[in-house]
Amino acid sequence: MIDFGYNLTPSSTLEIDDANMHLFDELCAMEPDALKCISCGSCAASCTAGVFTDVNLRKVLLSLQRGCEKDLLPQLKSCMLCGKCHIVCPRGINTRHLILSICKIYKI
Amino acid sequence: MKRNVLIIGGGPAGIEASRKIRDFGHTPILIEKESHLGGHLAKWHKLFPDGESTEELLNSLTSDMDGIKWFTDTDIVSINKLKHLYVAICSNGISIQADALLFTTGFSMFPAEKKEEYGYGIYNHVITNADLEDFFNTGEDPRIKDPKVIGFVHCVGSRDEKAGNRQCSKVCCATAIKQACEMKELYPDATVYCFYMDLRMFGRKYEDLYLNAQRKYGILFVRGRVSEVSENIEGRLVVKAEDTLIGKPIRVTMDLLVLMAGMSPNGENRDIASMTGVHLGEDGFFMPRDMLFRTTESHSKGIFFAGAATGPKTIPETLNEARAAAMAIDHYFKQEV
Repeated sequence: MIDFGYNLTPSSTLEIDDANMHLFDELCAMEPDALKCISCGSCAASCTAGVFTDVNLRKVLLSLQRGCEKDLLPQLKSCMLCGKCHIVCPRGINTRHLILSICKIYKI
Repeated sequence: MKRNVLIIGGGPAGIEASRKIRDFGHTPILIEKESHLGGHLAKWHKLFPDGESTEELLNSLTSDMDGIKWFTDTDIVSINKLKHLYVAICSNGISIQADALLFTTGFSMFPAEKKEEYGYGIYNHVITNADLEDFFNTGEDPRIKDPKVIGFVHCVGSRDEKAGNRQCSKVCCATAIKQACEMKELYPDATVYCFYMDLRMFGRKYEDLYLNAQRKYGILFVRGRVSEVSENIEGRLVVKAEDTLIGKPIRVTMDLLVLMAGMSPNGENRDIASMTGVHLGEDGFFMPRDMLFRTTESHSKGIFFAGAATGPKTIPETLNEARAAAMAIDHYFKQEV
């Protein structure tokens, strides 16, 4: 193949139809509160680890809902389970428990 | 002394105001352009937040119409002022002398086909919120065939300068969530998405409705306005939007798309304003004397407003305003004596 110096840029569109939602369904069965998130960002704003790393629970949770969690899931490794996000969550989500369940189901 | 009050518009505001005006000892004359009373409410099935039946509400509203003269299929042809009296000529030939006028002209549903990119009237499985209520009432709509993926598009013709409506229609967020839950009840295996810009769950128990939609029904909320809809070769709908919280465009194939058509000002407001001199806001809704203390009074003596004629309102707000307008009219008559 001659290299002309051109390449294709992959589409950034999330194809929801292709997303495999089995693990997310499993998560919701175990943690129905996962659906209660309103993406306010309190968890990420109060996160101890978030100051030094990429960890952002709001983003991870949303990516699970859209089936595009692959790149974001490793973030959770930075979580120290301090529980500050649990204290601040306005929807009363037990975020520590949720994070542990995510780790169990998605095998992080 | 008994006074005549002409009420224009026989929706919930007009009906409730007529009853209260009668209770104050005056003579209400209610005219309605459609062939039945009830306005948009008569076409609806259930109401948020608790799913009350509109039929029951309308029945209780219209159960006690004694002492109210009302005409359906009747339009206003002209309104003139003669000293302290207003003389209205109606399309059915009668003329009405009134000591006060009450405009309860309501709103018009935004014509969803105007947002051509959503394909209402073009694609087979795009319907409006009003169509869905009709489906709930009749159980029949050829466009709804055991849908597996359903989408709700909020703010269709609301908060949209290009659509001619800059304002929020106020009731569609709660209506969309109510309807999404009802669809999930009918089709438990369906995946339901709501595409919203902001969720304005402002009223008591509305936030609970939202929480229930998430927690109990598993409805998925996508923050982002749908950009366009197309139909694929199988006749399913391909919906494009940006998930603004993820920051990426998304594409999803659906079997049914419900457009939450908002409230536009009633087109006849303009004619009524030019006949009577009441003020019209730049949004096309009637302008009350002020937006805080005298929301039911117009700038013209003896002319009053109630309900969505002065902007989008919920049913309880409309009914309360109808009662407030009746009180304001009674007060006006007492001052006049």
